[in-house]
Amino acid sequence: MSETSHSNKAGRAEHTIPAPMSLLAELTHRCPLSCPYCSNPVELERKAQELSTEDWLRVLEEAAELGILQVHFSGGEPMARPDLYTLISHAHKLNLYTNLITSGVLITPQTMKRLDESGLDHVQLSFQDTDGPEADRLSDFPQVQPRKLEAARLITQAGIPLTLNFVLQKANISRMPAMFALARQLDAQRVEMAHTQYYGWALKNRAALLPSRTQLEEASRYVAAEETKGGLAIDYVTPDYYAERPKPCMGGWGQRFLNISPSGHVLPCHAAETIPSLTFDNVRDHSLSHIWYHSRAFTLFRGTDWMPEPCASCARKEIDWGGCRCQALALLGDASQTDPVCSLSPHRHLIDEAIAEAEKTNEQVFIYRRMGQNTR
Amino acid sequence: MTTHAPHTMLTEDDCPGFSRGYRLQHDKVREQWVIQAPERALLADPIAVAILQELDGQTRLGVVIDRLAERYEAPRDQIATDVLALLSDLTEKRIIRL
Repeated sequence: MSETSHSNKAGRAEHTIPAPMSLLAELTHRCPLSCPYCSNPVELERKAQELSTEDWLRVLEEAAELGILQVHFSGGEPMARPDLYTLISHAHKLNLYTNLITSGVLITPQTMKRLDESGLDHVQLSFQDTDGPEADRLSDFPQVQPRKLEAARLITQAGIPLTLNFVLQKANISRMPAMFALARQLDAQRVEMAHTQYYGWALKNRAALLPSRTQLEEASRYVAAEETKGGLAIDYVTPDYYAERPKPCMGGWGQRFLNISPSGHVLPCHAAETIPSLTFDNVRDHSLSHIWYHSRAFTLFRGTDWMPEPCASCARKEIDWGGCRCQALALLGDASQTDPVCSLSPHRHLIDEAIAEAEKTNEQVFIYRRMGQNTR
Repeated sequence: MTTHAPHTMLTEDDCPGFSRGYRLQHDKVREQWVIQAPERALLADPIAVAILQELDGQTRLGVVIDRLAERYEAPRDQIATDVLALLSDLTEKRIIRL
C-alpha cells in the first residue's frame, strides 16, 4: 500500500487540479501556553473574530463533499472551544477522519470521556521536553509536564491511538533518547520529532532555538538508532536550514492541503497570512470548493508557471515546488522568489549567516507568544 | 523505516478487526479505497480491500478464507497465505487487532 494519490474526477478547473486531502481547522488562537516557536501567526486572532459553531458545521460538510479525508482540529488550543465535541461528532458522522492536535492541559477524565464519545479517531499530544522544569520554561506554564503525562494516560486508557509531538530546538536535542523512551512508556503508536520551522514566532526566536550542524548530526543518529528497534513509527521533520534543497511546501501550494484560520480565512498553509500581497477568501463569503479551485490565494503559486530562475529550469521543480513561499517572503521580502534554503538560490548566504548567529547565541532569551503585543 | 519480520503470525482461528483509529473507507471523490490511519490515508489495493471488508472482529479467519476462495474461485491455500500474510503485517503495524 502507498500514500494516496492525487487523481481526481469531475470537470472545469476540477479537471486538472487535485482535490484536497487534508484540512487543518484552527478553531482558535487562544491557548494557555506561550511557546516561543508557536506556529500561529504573530498577529493572533481574538475570540470575537472566531467562526460560529454553525459556520464550522457547514464547512465540515463542504470539506467532505470536496474530497477532504482527514480533519485536524488544532489551534491555539482547540479544547478552549466548548463546541469542539459537537464539531468532532459532526465530522465523524460525515466519515471524516478526526485528529485532535492538543497541548493536553485541558484533558481531564470528564473532557476525555466527551472526546471519546464524540468518535475521535486520534490524538496528537505536544511536548516541549522530557524534563519538567524545561517544559515549564518553554511553555511558560507552571507544572505543565504532569498534566501532559496525565493526558497521555487518559488518551491511551480510552483506547485512542496517540502520537507524541516533540518540537526540537538547541536545548533539548540531547534528550531525544529520553523522548523516544517516554513515547514507548506511554504506549504511543507514533512520535513526531519535529525540528522547529522558522516562521512567525520561531523566526523572532531563531538565534535562541536553531541547533548547530553538530547537534543536527547528533539528532539524526538518535533517530537512526531508534528506528532499528521497530514498534514505534517515527516521523522525523528535519530543519530545512541544513538542507541543500528546500522542502516541498505542503506537498505543493494548493495541491493537497488547506488551512482555515479561526476567523474563517482559507489558507494554502498556516503561515500564508504573512504574505502581504495575498488576500484570503473567507468561508463566510464563499464555498470551500470555490476557494480551493478559483481563489487567487490558491491559484497564484499553484503549479510551476509562477516560478523564477533557478526554479523554472530546474529538474526538481515538481519535487521541491520552489520550496516555501512564506520563507521566501520572510527572509527575502518577496514570496515569488526561490526559497533561500536552496543552495542554488543567490540568497543562500542569509541562511548560513543565521546558522552562524545561532551558534554564537548560547543563552536562550525568548520572546514568548502573546496576544496583542505585536503590531506591524 | 526498516522493515521487520512480523513477531505476530495470525492463524485461521484468529478473529481480527480494525484497531481504533483505523478503518477502510471508500473515497467517493477519487473513486478509490483507502485505509484511514493516524495522520495519513493509505491506498488499499483490490486484494486488500476484498480481505479487509470481511473483517468484523468476530469472524474466524478460516471462515473468511473459505468465503474468499469460493467467491474468487481460487485455490484455498493461496488465499490463506495471502490473508494471513497481509493481516500479520497489519497487526504488526497495529492497524489490525486480535
